[in-house]
Amino acid sequence: MKYINEFRDHTIAEAFAQEIAAQVLKNRLYHLMEFCGGHTHTIYRYGLPSLLPPNIKMVHGPGCPVCVLPIARVDYAIALAKQPKVILSSYADMLRVPGSHQQSLMHAKAQGADVRMIYSVDDALQIALRSPDREVVFFAIGFETTTPPTAAAILMARQQKLKNFSVFCNHVLTPVAMRSLLSQTSDDIHLDGFIGPAHVSIIVGSQAYQSVADDYSKPIVISGFEPLDVLQSILMLVKLINENKHGVYNQFTRAVSPQGNQKSQAMMQQVFELRNQFEWRGLGWIAKSALKINAAYQNFDAELRFPITVNSSEEHRACECPAILRGAKNPLDCKLFSVVCTPANPLGACMVSSEGACAAYYSYVTNQKMKNHHENKR
Amino acid sequence: MCLAMPALIVELIDNNRAVIELGGVQKTISTLLVNDVKVGDYVIIHVGYALSKLDELEAQKTLRLFEDIAK
Repeated sequence: MKYINEFRDHTIAEAFAQEIAAQVLKNRLYHLMEFCGGHTHTIYRYGLPSLLPPNIKMVHGPGCPVCVLPIARVDYAIALAKQPKVILSSYADMLRVPGSHQQSLMHAKAQGADVRMIYSVDDALQIALRSPDREVVFFAIGFETTTPPTAAAILMARQQKLKNFSVFCNHVLTPVAMRSLLSQTSDDIHLDGFIGPAHVSIIVGSQAYQSVADDYSKPIVISGFEPLDVLQSILMLVKLINENKHGVYNQFTRAVSPQGNQKSQAMMQQVFELRNQFEWRGLGWIAKSALKINAAYQNFDAELRFPITVNSSEEHRACECPAILRGAKNPLDCKLFSVVCTPANPLGACMVSSEGACAAYYSYVTNQKMKNHHENKR
Repeated sequence: MCLAMPALIVELIDNNRAVIELGGVQKTISTLLVNDVKVGDYVIIHVGYALSKLDELEAQKTLRLFEDIAK
């Protein structure tokens, strides 16, 4: 596959490993957060930690929109699916995420709710067009990569005067989340630099992170998703940290520009506005960190069409997702990991999501490494 | 969730749609979010939408930097 395979070449990966080892300062630790769940997966899928010197510590970030969605919102989606006439359409990732009492959308479907998995929001529009007597609700999640398609769908629904289509909006914002992470100074997390999101940055532009990088004096390197992209970005970060430089740097020049995709940004502004605050699993309530449908398009807002009060939600008590999402713990620190919580029986979102840290570890971290981790902790 | 892949545009359908090919599979996607795409361009695809064109010159530059590291 073009523009994919060349970015996975293993000889070059080893060359990067040598160069990174040559550049790290002997007595220094480098705490690098890869914000995006997709980067966590790349790192573990290609065994990158074994290519890195021990002074580089990768800290996993909250960039997994499925993982950061609080249980109360999953419960709301399940309640929506159970409303009469509703067809709840959702991306695949959300279907198995447990809400309260370990109930998921798949369980609701098994109990008779009409829950449908879709690849694109356009599929939900098609369902609405074909089923005029049903209420189609689209469960919208995602950071800025996924938000423009939702905006486009709402604009199309308006154009086609669709009366039976609405969106349950849970879109969240990246630079604000980074800022919140950095401002939550605590003893359990220390960050020297960020591997910045690839595809979010296509939409928002590399300039979107400038104020975060400046205000907290950190280097942020926007990185592509292939393993060589990540290695090149880690090398760039090591050099920047050594030279005490901060700011935004772009490794993913083949797709990311400073100003981003302005057509997408305009569509998002046309349809959405900022919520005053939104709850994030692991990070708590963050001001101006999420979007809702604005007044001009409010007839497409599922929360207005179906106002439902959700009782206070319950996380599984031993689930360490919140700490993992903050970068304070890693999946191996969770008592449930791979014992009770597995991809077949997930107890928390980090194990369900294709971008969750726990799912990455489960798939790619060997038993030996798990043993080493637990021994090092004693 | 936010993962996207570079895919080749093999056909334009109308102002807003195109057929892409990736790994031997063809799919119809929306080009509403991008401007001026042509057959032969590579675009980054996510949930059925093209998010941007891949800049092939920049891709080559990045690949050459990789080769330099390997020397």
